[in-house]
Amino acid sequence: MTAILALHDIRKSFGPIEILHGIDFALHPGEVHALIGENGAGKSTIMKILGGFLAASSGQVLFEGKPATYRSGAEAEAQGIVVIHQEFNLAADLTVSQNIWLGREMGGWLLDHKAMRVATQALLDQLECRVSPDARIRDLPVSDRQMVEIAKALSRNARVLIMDEPSAVLTGHEVEVLFRQIDRLRAQGVALLYTSHRLDEVAHLADRVTVLRDGAVVRQAMRGEMTEDGMATAMVGRDLKDIFPPRRSDFGPVVLEVRDFAVPPLVSGIGFALRKGEVLGISGLVGSGRTELAEGLVGLRRHSGTVLRNGAETTIRSVAGAAEQGLAYLTEDRKERGLLLAKTLRENLTLSTLDRFGSPLVSREAEEKALTQAISDFDIRAPKRDMAVGNLSGGNQQKVLLAKTMLAQPEVIIIDEPTRGIDIGTKSQIYHFIDRLAREGRSVIVISSDMPEILGLSDRVLVMRQGRMAGVLDGAEITETAVVRLVMGTTEKAIENA
Amino acid sequence: MRNLSLSTLGPLAALILLVILGAWLNENFYSAGNITNVLARSAFIGMIAVGMTFVITSGGLDLSVGSMAAFIAGMMILAMNAMLPRLGVGIPLVLAGMGVALGVGLLAGLGNGLLITRARIEPFIVTLGTMGIFRSLVTWIADGGTLSLDFGTREFYRPVYYGGLFGIAWPIIVFAIIAVLGEVAMRHTRFGRYCEAIGSNDKVARYSAVKVERVQLWTYVILGLLVGLATILYVPRLGSASGSTGLLWELEAIAAVIIGGTALKGGYGRVWGTVVGVLILSLIDNILNLADLVSPYLNGAIQGVIIVLAVVLQRGKSSAEGR
Repeated sequence: MTAILALHDIRKSFGPIEILHGIDFALHPGEVHALIGENGAGKSTIMKILGGFLAASSGQVLFEGKPATYRSGAEAEAQGIVVIHQEFNLAADLTVSQNIWLGREMGGWLLDHKAMRVATQALLDQLECRVSPDARIRDLPVSDRQMVEIAKALSRNARVLIMDEPSAVLTGHEVEVLFRQIDRLRAQGVALLYTSHRLDEVAHLADRVTVLRDGAVVRQAMRGEMTEDGMATAMVGRDLKDIFPPRRSDFGPVVLEVRDFAVPPLVSGIGFALRKGEVLGISGLVGSGRTELAEGLVGLRRHSGTVLRNGAETTIRSVAGAAEQGLAYLTEDRKERGLLLAKTLRENLTLSTLDRFGSPLVSREAEEKALTQAISDFDIRAPKRDMAVGNLSGGNQQKVLLAKTMLAQPEVIIIDEPTRGIDIGTKSQIYHFIDRLAREGRSVIVISSDMPEILGLSDRVLVMRQGRMAGVLDGAEITETAVVRLVMGTTEKAIENA
Repeated sequence: MRNLSLSTLGPLAALILLVILGAWLNENFYSAGNITNVLARSAFIGMIAVGMTFVITSGGLDLSVGSMAAFIAGMMILAMNAMLPRLGVGIPLVLAGMGVALGVGLLAGLGNGLLITRARIEPFIVTLGTMGIFRSLVTWIADGGTLSLDFGTREFYRPVYYGGLFGIAWPIIVFAIIAVLGEVAMRHTRFGRYCEAIGSNDKVARYSAVKVERVQLWTYVILGLLVGLATILYVPRLGSASGSTGLLWELEAIAAVIIGGTALKGGYGRVWGTVVGVLILSLIDNILNLADLVSPYLNGAIQGVIIVLAVVLQRGKSSAEGR
């Protein structure tokens, strides 16, 4: 079988720095090819070159065996090479239907709204997505937006489909639907490129796997030739046995207790107690109210119920109020809620604790000192100190966010999806940061959709389902089956130890 | 300063170019009289534009400042005339008038700010509304004519515009102080940093424990106070106010902010740039009046070209930053 799209000895430099060193890579019709590697390994750059968004510095892009002629993403798409980007390319104020047909509207002088709506509905049905074609993108949750993005790609009749971490924001069921669509496309002879940080998905889905490290291909294997462990080891270049830190054992007194807590209308009937030095995992499906609970706790949402801090009742009405109580929340939405992407590391780092950097004038010197400290404490790898945070990799952005939160010296830290979209090496680092926080006597609540993360980090696990507590698991009870059962609601475990 | 690029220096270069051009076209350009004239005329718009820089940087806009100035001037004149029998011509009367101007400015700014931050109405809509309200009120109070300060009071108050310290006119001195305070506030205080943070992403600011509404409210209140201050210095110039006082000041102030390199969508503010922007606008006016090269009637057209050019330069800068 010959390749439909291939890279031959591709090199790419930005300025004096070469980041891709002679990549050979091919996509075949009817095959799912997974491209895996840590953040910064060069996956995105390869996808951009394949999709026509970026030109290689040297080497050849071959389309159907001949040098590719497209010069832009639009030209590539016209030839059947479609990319589903990780950052959505959807117009927030247009409807689902308008987005899917954007630039290729049906009709003549006047748009044929009906035909487009019908075609959109058909695409959404195929994806088992219950979104209305007339819904505005702005009103949709992230996972639905991803489905719309996939529907848009399906409508393009792609011959080559390039997917940049499509499953990162999808729930279990949506991932299954996605996999079925991928199987269908594969059967139709479409060549698929798939990237994901979830190696189990890769093992399940891919016919061929290419592992990338530091801008070079380190391994290529066919289905079944490489285990998940093998992939992880190849990606990182070292063994990852101790990706999770060892469990802690001695906990102090209860530092935060919540009784009958509710965030109307999404969350109700929550009660738990968090001890000093403990890591409490919160599991559940996307939409089960985990983030809303956290945002209610730190005063970002209206809430009711009783909150006791070190035994004393308190009311938290704002993030500033939460900070006074030693409570901090790290948002799951780094780019829209966590960091000012256009601002420098320094400005981001000190934003929530600026009152500690001098008054009335802010001391630049103190800020720079704090930045130096943060860079070394959290191993932030920034090519330039005064660069915009938006130009850092996802893992380093997460480290900046962690550093920013920790500047306030909180005693209770709620971390929402600590490692979403982050490579496995950085993941392990973040797990060890969390462990260090707990060992220092702080208490951590980790909200995560990543099962190994919940299992590997938590001393106790609180599972949420449809805005309520489905159960709490302690110590040896924490197994994958037990958590999944509670998440899915197959058995109700009595709420105890709460 | 690091990162001095062409676009950062663009407004400054334009200003220097204009100064050279002015001197070349007319030998009177460098006379103390002319320089004082240019700077004093810049002062009113300048003070307002400094306040506007904070409003725009935090993602807001205020279209009402010109009308607000007219309204404040009207209220100030009415109040001073009313208090004249009791206080007599003298410093207490002038101080009372100044107090009224600052008070009305504060309330007007507070009104705008509360409607925007508490009632959550778009700044554009709110201030478009209050722009009409303020101007209509002053026209109504003046019954379509002019509100004039009592003659004796006017004579006594005159030096606040025409007098000065060490030969520098008061408006220039006050403007300079406001500009320096504004620059320091934007660059080196929490307030300035918060304005930039809110303008670049108000959600991030809120999640970072910044009191977003309070900071935004303050920007409008400060702007109102600065409009009051500008009016205090402006009233003695003519001693009267009418429905056409401060006409189009809002556009000149916004234009100065934009020419100075502050991003219209917020997130990035530069007070010294605003000062340069104000000077550029009044220099163009001055040069056209001094030289008979181009009709002064074309003043607006040339200012328009400069504004568009400034924005084009800004875009060049932001796309370079995105890379």
